[in-house]
Amino acid sequence: MGFWRNQLSGPTDPAADAAWDRREPRKGFFTDTSICIGCKACEVACKEWNHVPEDGLDLLNQSYDNTGALGASTWRHVAFVEQSSERIEQARESGRRLVQLGMPSVRTAPEPPLMGGGVTTTDPAVPDLRWLMASDVCKHCTHAACLDVCPTGSLFRTEFGTVVVQDDVCNGCGYCVAACPFGVIERRSGHEGHEKGARSHGISIKGSGGSGDTSRGSHQNPPSHAETNGEVKNVGIAQKCTLCYDRLGAGQTPACAQACPTTSIKFGDLDEMRATARARVAELHELGYPEARLYGVDEHDGVGGTGSTFLLLDEPEVYGLPPDPRVTTADLPDMFRKAGYAGLTMLGLAAAAFVGRRR
Amino acid sequence: MTVNPFDADRPPERARRGNGERKRNGQNGARRRDESLMVPDVSFDSYYGRHIVKPAPWEKEIAAYLFLGGVAGGSALLAAGGRALGYPALQRVGRVGAMGAAALGGAALAKDLGKPSRALNMMRTVKLTSPMSVGSWILTAFSGFSGLALASEVTQAIAARSQGGVGGGSAVARVARVLELVDGPATVGSALFAPPLAAYTAVLLADTATPTWHESYRELPFVFVSSANLAAAGLALVAVPTAQNGPARRLAAVSAVAETLAFERMQDKLGPTLSEPLRTGKAGRLVRASKALTIAGAVGSVALGRSRVAAAVSGLALMAGSACLRFGVFEAGLASAIDPKYTVEPQRERLERRRAAGVVDDSITTAR
Repeated sequence: MGFWRNQLSGPTDPAADAAWDRREPRKGFFTDTSICIGCKACEVACKEWNHVPEDGLDLLNQSYDNTGALGASTWRHVAFVEQSSERIEQARESGRRLVQLGMPSVRTAPEPPLMGGGVTTTDPAVPDLRWLMASDVCKHCTHAACLDVCPTGSLFRTEFGTVVVQDDVCNGCGYCVAACPFGVIERRSGHEGHEKGARSHGISIKGSGGSGDTSRGSHQNPPSHAETNGEVKNVGIAQKCTLCYDRLGAGQTPACAQACPTTSIKFGDLDEMRATARARVAELHELGYPEARLYGVDEHDGVGGTGSTFLLLDEPEVYGLPPDPRVTTADLPDMFRKAGYAGLTMLGLAAAAFVGRRR
Repeated sequence: MTVNPFDADRPPERARRGNGERKRNGQNGARRRDESLMVPDVSFDSYYGRHIVKPAPWEKEIAAYLFLGGVAGGSALLAAGGRALGYPALQRVGRVGAMGAAALGGAALAKDLGKPSRALNMMRTVKLTSPMSVGSWILTAFSGFSGLALASEVTQAIAARSQGGVGGGSAVARVARVLELVDGPATVGSALFAPPLAAYTAVLLADTATPTWHESYRELPFVFVSSANLAAAGLALVAVPTAQNGPARRLAAVSAVAETLAFERMQDKLGPTLSEPLRTGKAGRLVRASKALTIAGAVGSVALGRSRVAAAVSGLALMAGSACLRFGVFEAGLASAIDPKYTVEPQRERLERRRAAGVVDDSITTAR
């Protein structure tokens, strides 16, 4: 029964659970935010390759982040956080605490805990100011709530263990949007359809038409959407990162990882990515950066581990990531059980109403 | 910070958030004199106050469906009871209410889709992990049975009025005789799918990352089925003559008690933070209105239900109360998704609780 037990939570191999015969190693990202320079090449490369339409050209008053958040038309999002020395010291403190907890990342790992040895000697002086820059992306969860709740079967698990929307099947019910614990997937709004969910983030410096197109030089792809007249494809349909499913099938690296100039975004087999992540965080601890921590490498977390792992330099919520996400469907059996009892209660109440004097 | 000739053109410094309260770290205060040029400090627990989970992109149609699904389910039960125990008016109103509300609800669901033309894709698969898929099938089955029951009701009424009655030779009479055969099974089927129809909408909301919806999953089904009964009882009180509204009045009374208890328990279990969206703002107003309307309607129907007018007014109050509750819960969920506080604080708390209890191997954040 192990197969069933791990269908809604816990460590598992999602591609095998999805009954793929063709076994590919699970693929994933490791985004090392400590070497991100905030160039947004990943955002641009993603848009170019995947034909993701423009997502509003606004000044958001959020440091250099004028993209805002992940959404239907933003599949890579670079976050910018400016921090003063007090905040940096707090981040170090919370990082030290994490190390002292002996936070193991794998239950079965035999290696001894990092006995503070990682956080040796004198840490480098706390700077006056630092920028946190982090390129966020779909987590491609082991237990993906979006996929679990999709009523049409539009979302599916690929042979690479990633989660992809079939945009010719999705009917835009929006359930995945509410189910994602990371707020990644979103229903696309646009000109041809209703403007549902579209919210202006702030001051618009340009109209929402695609007038910036010409400045991008020769665009080889047919101008099918934003670039032309504000027409957007797949309006009303849930959209998110596909981990470049088309490129993976051809043995290529996803566009964002390929474009990243500092190798902050690494792509490869998930096992390899997790190992790289662990080596890197240990290295940063050695160098005296106790604030470094990993996000998503633990298979025992609430979503069974993520396909996109991150190295962060502060608490996850600072970057807009949930501190303890839990796939909502983990509780689904209990929910249905409670609903069953409630249904019986309803029958009981109705029966009680018919008891008594006939008239 | 370097100084250059253009500094003279800088706008005056603006007051910063938390002005004057900031520690200077014992260093010379001049170091950050250009603070106004920096963006404001990010608060500890969010990224520029942005929401972490996204609110469901659902409009009023979905809240209306929560209500209509309840009306349909409760009405089917009243119709079945009425048929079994001889309340013909109750049976008729229940059948019309069941099918009418289910049809309106289905239309509301389709309208809210991003691609309404693909509404039938809901029937593309059966997926037990998706309450929306399960619910689509429940609604389909319920509508099938309720439609048959209503067709039987209507054709028999028409045939009875036409020449020769139900035994006559007209086309309607022949159809009515066929439908009479399935009247019983249709009633039973409709009544069997009624509780799932009324209860699954609670699972639908709870099976999301929306904090207030998800964390109320233990009690929300009980709130919703009680609310469904109240709405159906309300409809019956409006439309059924007083001689036959006894069951509706009793249903209103017991369901009002059940709903109040379940809702109170739900708020308690949610705790002060997550129940806040149910108590404040638009959702709070709707919930308070719902309580007042429900209590007034239930008391009115029990005490004054023998008066046709008082029964109808009480019935309207009950239906309005049920609608307010559904819209209130709906709005509260959206509010809880939009404010990152409701995502971060409860998650932080449960993480700290687990760490305090010595469980340190199930966090998404790890030191190695």
